[in-house]
Amino acid sequence: MNKDNTNKKQTEEAIIHQAASEEYRYGFVTDIDTTVIPKGLDENVVRRISELKNEPEWLLEFRLKAFRHWKTLPLPKWGKVNMPDIDFQAISYYAAPRTHTGEDKKEIDPELKKTFDKLGIPLEEQKRLSGMAVDAVVDSVSVHTSYRERLAELGVIFCSISEAIKDYPDLVRKYMGSVVPYTDNFFAALNSAVFSDGSFVYIPKGVRCPMELSSYFRINAAQTGQFERTLIVADDDSYVSYLEGCTAPMRDENQLHAAIVEIIVEERAEVKYSTVQNWYPGDKDGKGGIYNLVTKRGICRGDHSKLSWTQVETGSAITWKYPSTILKGNNTVGEFYSVALTRNYQMADTGTKMIHLGKNSRSTIVSKGISAGHSENSYRGMVKVAPDATNCRNYTQCDSLLLSDTSGAHTFPVIEVGNDSSIVEHEATTSKINEDQIFYCNQRGISTEDAVGLIVNGYARDVMKKLPMEFAVEAQRLLSVSLEGSVG
Amino acid sequence: MNNSLKQYIELYDSNRDAINLRSVQHLNALRETARKALDGVLLPRKGSDDYEATDLNAVLAPDYGVNINRVDLSRESTTQFRCEVPNLSTCLYYVFNDTFKLSATAGQSGDKVGVMSFSEAAHRLPLVLSKYYGSVAQLSNACTALNTLLAQDGVLIYVPKGVATTKPVQLINVFDANARLMAVRRMLIVLEDDAQAQVLVCDHTKGDQQYLSLETVEVIVGRNAHLDYYHMEESGMGTTRLSQLWARQDEGSNVLVDGITLTNGYTRNDFRIDVDGAHSTTQLLGMAIGSGNQHVDNHTLINHNAPQCQSNEMFKYVLNDQAIGAFAGKILVKPNCPKIDAYQGNRNIVASPEAKMYTKPQLEIYTDDVKCSHGSTVGQLDQEALFYMQTRGISLPVAQKLLMQAFMSDVIDGVRLASLKDRLRHLVEMRLSGDDAMCKSCNLKQ
Repeated sequence: MNKDNTNKKQTEEAIIHQAASEEYRYGFVTDIDTTVIPKGLDENVVRRISELKNEPEWLLEFRLKAFRHWKTLPLPKWGKVNMPDIDFQAISYYAAPRTHTGEDKKEIDPELKKTFDKLGIPLEEQKRLSGMAVDAVVDSVSVHTSYRERLAELGVIFCSISEAIKDYPDLVRKYMGSVVPYTDNFFAALNSAVFSDGSFVYIPKGVRCPMELSSYFRINAAQTGQFERTLIVADDDSYVSYLEGCTAPMRDENQLHAAIVEIIVEERAEVKYSTVQNWYPGDKDGKGGIYNLVTKRGICRGDHSKLSWTQVETGSAITWKYPSTILKGNNTVGEFYSVALTRNYQMADTGTKMIHLGKNSRSTIVSKGISAGHSENSYRGMVKVAPDATNCRNYTQCDSLLLSDTSGAHTFPVIEVGNDSSIVEHEATTSKINEDQIFYCNQRGISTEDAVGLIVNGYARDVMKKLPMEFAVEAQRLLSVSLEGSVG
Repeated sequence: MNNSLKQYIELYDSNRDAINLRSVQHLNALRETARKALDGVLLPRKGSDDYEATDLNAVLAPDYGVNINRVDLSRESTTQFRCEVPNLSTCLYYVFNDTFKLSATAGQSGDKVGVMSFSEAAHRLPLVLSKYYGSVAQLSNACTALNTLLAQDGVLIYVPKGVATTKPVQLINVFDANARLMAVRRMLIVLEDDAQAQVLVCDHTKGDQQYLSLETVEVIVGRNAHLDYYHMEESGMGTTRLSQLWARQDEGSNVLVDGITLTNGYTRNDFRIDVDGAHSTTQLLGMAIGSGNQHVDNHTLINHNAPQCQSNEMFKYVLNDQAIGAFAGKILVKPNCPKIDAYQGNRNIVASPEAKMYTKPQLEIYTDDVKCSHGSTVGQLDQEALFYMQTRGISLPVAQKLLMQAFMSDVIDGVRLASLKDRLRHLVEMRLSGDDAMCKSCNLKQ
């Protein structure tokens, strides 16, 4: 018996060692020419970015206002992450693949194509059959946008935000900054000042977008912080499902990612926003890795509208984001499903905010944290019910699974209820992976490694099943890869 | 520095000698440290971490009088007052404002148990006082620092090794003054190894003055010792209470802390329990019934610094009218503390459209082999249950009262003193019927 235990322990240790030393699978660097503005940030850089992108005057004004506001803000420190001081002058704020600045837009750099092939992005003709329209962002400029025409027939606009600024300035001007104003927080101000590119989606009244919209962000050039801005507008009675997926090449120096995602959902419309985030998390000693400091917020502006966030977070050295929903209309629905997995020295402080302003609004929060190695994983959330928002309902569940005795799992929820007809529930548990379950699997000939994969996938299933099909497979694979043998 | 805090610091600065002169020597030793700790301190703003609903600046802003010269302000004689809770036989002591008084039943809790003022302890148990005073309370908490700065006397409950109290120790805090008054109350409860004690503290007020109770309680529980600590607040609408309870548990100890707010004005309670020894058990219970403009804020932190411990925490609120309730609780499990079983619950009923509830249950876990969970709900009474009772001929108000009583029952059931449990059940029933939650025989009624 003792011998068996010792053997088992040794196997487990071996598995842990293997998992811990597993290198980042998507770490490769594409060699393309890029136009990079020299490092540093001042008003001239902001002007230069605007000039390079041929932007209208109002946008330059917006950027400058944001920049001036940003200069007055201190770097926020309240997150449960150990953030080193970031030298914002040591970052280059703009990088565009040169092929794109030239005239020949139809040709895609073969190197880039290879990158996408490795990632399995359906950019090429035959891959379009997979039914996804892809707006691929390499570094900061959209390189290729497929399926535009088909979408255009329905009146759906899906393009890069720089194109949208040129082609649909009224729409962009009306909605940009309406959910996340540049005064919102430090990183939102920074993004508003220097954002380079991103996606713009507009679904007209009564249109159900026939395919999942997808955008892959990929940080490519070394030391180039990426500052995308995504703006999604779903007009009355429309529906769209938007996917965002990320993999980044291996880099030794920390890279900054401060994006903004704004979503506006009008009457009876529905938006589903899914993310799989697998940026480089740093090596097993916590060196390198991406800082993912994102402001994501949507507003259910019209009555009966719905916004659903789903995220699977496995990458980044530091993740600090709270996809939030303002439930402004009556009878609106907000959802948030999240799986956050941290290992080695990763730190994740993530969660959501549900602000109930409309009557009969409902929200659901399901958050699953998994921590291994020396990582720190926190759920931070807020559910606020305004005094006038009667008959609201919220259910929150946040569970944490600890896979090592050196990792940390924390929950910091805040609940504020301002009337007597709303019901808010919060539940949280923290526990170790169940040894009985592993033993049960072992008994039936399933190795410890596979058992852990099974148990964790089962644990995260509530969230995984909310992902669109295309993502569910990748996400499940990601979890298994990241998890192999992390038990001990 | 905030002005509201500044006025008390200035009061100290200009009356330093007078305060020291009329104080117990042991308390003077820490005063300057507290003064330093308060240097440049900003009181937490309302809405900041752990102070979602409570505005300390506003609470401390009125110019409360502090009885530095230790004038006997109590008009009440101890002989007039009796607490006649049926079957509850206790050894009764009083603190009038901030002055300790004995009653006829004092000293019946056992020969070896010491319940005395700090000034008496300075002669009888000087070593206990010097060893434990200020040993668990942390001056990083501005209210505790202010208490340490101004406290001139206090109450010591000392239970020597292996001794058990024969009767519960009951301490009644009474506010009774002609002017706006701040009482700096300090308490030290020390249970040596294998000791056992039951302590019941009740808060009352007389008159309709504005009172501020600045209270710091330090609890030290030795190996395998067993402490039940109940605190019942039945004070008037003009009373503000800022209390901090700091407890330290040694190996194998068992502690029950129960904070009950039946009537009050503005209350902020901080509970911090450090479980330093393995195999310990901690129960932290609380409840509040709010009506009118009552404000009840409970903030708790259970620090699991040792393995193989169990803790159970449950706070329940019923809020009527414009009452405001707040709860912020945290369970912290330090690294290398496996086999912790911790639960934290907070259940609230918001029974009026203008009542408000803020809740923030938190877990911070650094060890994997633990079972920790928390649950928090804000809601109303079950409509179906109400309907069911109405179909059986029970009127709506009675049905509501029954359900609320049932809602409170698991906190009441946690009380280990049978007679107190009965009394509490009765008081809660009265309180939910809209009556004053005062014992009939209590002559502290206004």
